[in-house]
Amino acid sequence: MSTLKYRTDLAGPLMLVLSLGLVSCASPPDSGFSTAPSQGPGLGRVASASLLQRMDRSIMSNGEGLPAGSGTVAQGEKVYAAKCLSCHGDKGQGRPADPLVGGIGSLKTERPIRTVGSYWPYASTLFDYTRRAMPANAPMSLSDDETYALSAYILYLNGIIAEKEIMNANTLAQVSMPNRAGFIDYSAR
Amino acid sequence: MPPKNSLVKNLLPSLDMPKRRRFLTGSASVAATLSVTSLTLPVNAEENPLWMKTPGKPMSGYGTPSTFEASVKRPFASGYPTVSPGTGSSRTPHQALEGTITPSGLHFERHHNGVPDIDPLQHELLIHGLVERPLLFKLDALSRYPLVNRVHFIECSGNSGPNSAPEPPQITAGAIHGLASTSEWTGVPLALLLHEAGIKPGATWILAEGADAASMSRSIPLNKALDDAMIALYQNGERLRPEQGYPMRLLLPGWEGNTNVKWLRRLKLTQAPTFTKDETSKYTDLQKDGLARQFTFGLGVKSVITFPSYGHKLERQGLYEITGIAWTGAGRITRVEISTNNGLSWKDATLQGPVHSKSFTRFRLPWHWHGTTHVLQSRATDDSGAVQPTRTVFTAPYAKGMNFHNNYIQAWAIDANGSLSNVYT
Ligand code: HEC
Repeated sequence: MSTLKYRTDLAGPLMLVLSLGLVSCASPPDSGFSTAPSQGPGLGRVASASLLQRMDRSIMSNGEGLPAGSGTVAQGEKVYAAKCLSCHGDKGQGRPADPLVGGIGSLKTERPIRTVGSYWPYASTLFDYTRRAMPANAPMSLSDDETYALSAYILYLNGIIAEKEIMNANTLAQVSMPNRAGFIDYSAR
Repeated sequence: MPPKNSLVKNLLPSLDMPKRRRFLTGSASVAATLSVTSLTLPVNAEENPLWMKTPGKPMSGYGTPSTFEASVKRPFASGYPTVSPGTGSSRTPHQALEGTITPSGLHFERHHNGVPDIDPLQHELLIHGLVERPLLFKLDALSRYPLVNRVHFIECSGNSGPNSAPEPPQITAGAIHGLASTSEWTGVPLALLLHEAGIKPGATWILAEGADAASMSRSIPLNKALDDAMIALYQNGERLRPEQGYPMRLLLPGWEGNTNVKWLRRLKLTQAPTFTKDETSKYTDLQKDGLARQFTFGLGVKSVITFPSYGHKLERQGLYEITGIAWTGAGRITRVEISTNNGLSWKDATLQGPVHSKSFTRFRLPWHWHGTTHVLQSRATDDSGAVQPTRTVFTAPYAKGMNFHNNYIQAWAIDANGSLSNVYT
């Protein structure tokens, strides 16, 4: 087992302690030496359900973790103008920070443009990232409704959803991103 | 050839000078700084130096480098200087360093929204998700666990990015390859904590999240967490520097820097990757065919000659030591070869031990320079048998400008004046 890698550091002295104990029985029973160096002292505090709820805000690609609430494209456009436009430009065109639209169909070309619309495989990532990290000057300040609305607006700007579509836990998880099949999993290589 | 600046003449490198001084004089700006300072001090052979005739400074609570080394700094830049100055990187100045351990204050930085100022008393690491018991650990609790220390490099997968420019940038070894640094890390084997929480069947991935203003998040296969992962609490013997994740960071030896999540606050065991922004939008490797490699964690075998390199100048013919660092995410460096003739022939350098796994290894090779032109290259091999590729071979599968996991051979040209430049071969 892999924890053995670390155990090797302690194996020498430990073996000595163990063999002394066996051969001479000289080691007093209350010596306190742990015979299991790969075990911790168990100092973790059990986390409460409310704490888990506060700390765990990540969203899985199947939508697991998406909160209650909803938002429309029109609402998103307003929030965007107030909280995002200064960094991501008019209609997500970018500058001074990353563009949030465009590049669909460009990945195979000489000038690939990677954006939420052209590159990201899941809409859940947009919600997850926006809610925890944006706006960059005030992260974690957006409400869930605002985050749904912004997701709707950015997906709409990319032509991925229609103007009338409402984003919520159900619909966002269903959004089919253009580059969904664009990744090769190298994790096992 | 005579130096342009006569002040520099007084500081012509001689072989009996300490190495550090010898190569610092190579950089014009540094040489100028040194010579100005030298003029204010007694350099006259008849006079004893001032510092022998006056008492020195008293002790101090925390030491700092000599004021004469003030030019040894990390170059840094943000991609968003006006709106998000804390999103960017600083780089280890390899051309000015020796040995294998990077001083903590010169360890590279890569932040996605600045360095948080974390009060350890208010910081807890949560382990939850597919576990029997969700557990919280404070720094003082973790500090009481059995600790291990390991010498490991960390390298950002965007390291060496400047070399993807169409023309070779004329910048230092550190400015190109400085998103890699090595420290002795001390911490708690992650497997210990996971076993205390109790891994539930079905758990195969872990989401690691930082407590910075980006909530930096990456998905890690559980196998790696149970292998050699640690929660690092100390760097080079002292508590982690804030820029390196104080009070605790994830350390995944040999894996791309971004997965070594700093300011670690949460580990969630899951049955699939979370597909966070920094494992989709960024840190994925787009190929020419439009498909992108995802979860490309391991770093390839790599080396760079740090002396002589861009910015150094060989002021006179004679014996020099070519030296540099080599590392690999696969394990140990087994061989570094050096070519001084643009890859026509190669000679083995000496590897200076101890050769740690997933750590910088220093290589050295004595060399006579006769005042002629050369192209210097180093090529490393690791114990998995992998050999450092050429630039052409490495870039072949990737989309234009893609530069993650670049480990190709660096070439430095020396002209007849002993000046160094960065070249593509
Ligand atoms: C103060 C400037 C600023 C503001 C305001 C801002 N952002 Fe950002 N945004 C950034 C920066 C900088 C990055 C890149 C972060 C990085 O490199 O990790 C970014 C990245 C993003 C990305 C990822 C882009 C990609 O392709 O990787 C999204 C999506 C995003 N922002 C959405 C938003 C939304 C929605 C808002 C409004 C709520 C917003 N941002 C407001 C600065 C800003």
